[in-house]
Amino acid sequence: MGERGKSDDMKNRKTNLEPVEPVTEKPESQDPMTRPATSLHKPEARLGREVQARIGQQLRAIYNDVVNQGVPQHISDLVRRLSDQDQD
Amino acid sequence: MKLDPAIRDQVLVTVPSLRAFAISLCGNIDRADDLVQETLLRALAHIDSFEPGTNMPAWLFTILRNLFRSEYRKRRREVEDADGRYADTLISHPEQTGRVEFEEFRTALAKLPADQREALILVGASGFSYDDAAAICGCAVGTIKSRVNRARTRLADLLAIDGIDDFGPDRATRAVLAGGGRN
Repeated sequence: MGERGKSDDMKNRKTNLEPVEPVTEKPESQDPMTRPATSLHKPEARLGREVQARIGQQLRAIYNDVVNQGVPQHISDLVRRLSDQDQD
Repeated sequence: MKLDPAIRDQVLVTVPSLRAFAISLCGNIDRADDLVQETLLRALAHIDSFEPGTNMPAWLFTILRNLFRSEYRKRRREVEDADGRYADTLISHPEQTGRVEFEEFRTALAKLPADQREALILVGASGFSYDDAAAICGCAVGTIKSRVNRARTRLADLLAIDGIDDFGPDRATRAVLAGGGRN
């Protein structure tokens, strides 16, 4: 599995989850009267850095479970076979 | 003319991440692998339309997503409609480790609207910029940002994370009961 090492490139890419952007979501409707009632008594919660970091961490753990499996043999074979064919 | 080995390697290097994204879309590893295979067939057949030096992962992710949207969406919706079965699929894959502390997270992730889950994964796990994620999803950058924010807020809600506490005694207790707790 020569591809396993190469996938480090993708694995170690930085993600944009941690840089905290304030939650600046606008209500869907401009008119307060037509907004769903829930948005009135439950304002958008601001997430702290810790929460965002935790979510990011778990998300990447799940994702990397798959990434760490590398390239399945049949897919590697397929790509090599197609690459060796003459391109039209 | 055969394919430039450098281009071929760029494709191969992207495959692990492409699979992870496909699984997050399909909720099923076998179907995801079919989707990845179709994506690669299509990509290599149209490799001329890839501009060397541009973002290969973004190009492949875009093809995969479009294929999924056109061919797989209907089937996946059927699964999702079976109330909770999509979440079950996500947690029960033997390929995924049985770490109890992530099960609740997986379940919560599966409960997100597809658009939000997709945006969160592209930005938070695949490591794409907001711009790239927007290009992949064919929408505005602001839309991606909004989806990511909503996804995070909803996840925090579902997991009842208050920002200070851990996931709480219930979670820890269950982890111990399941024999998967960390010491």
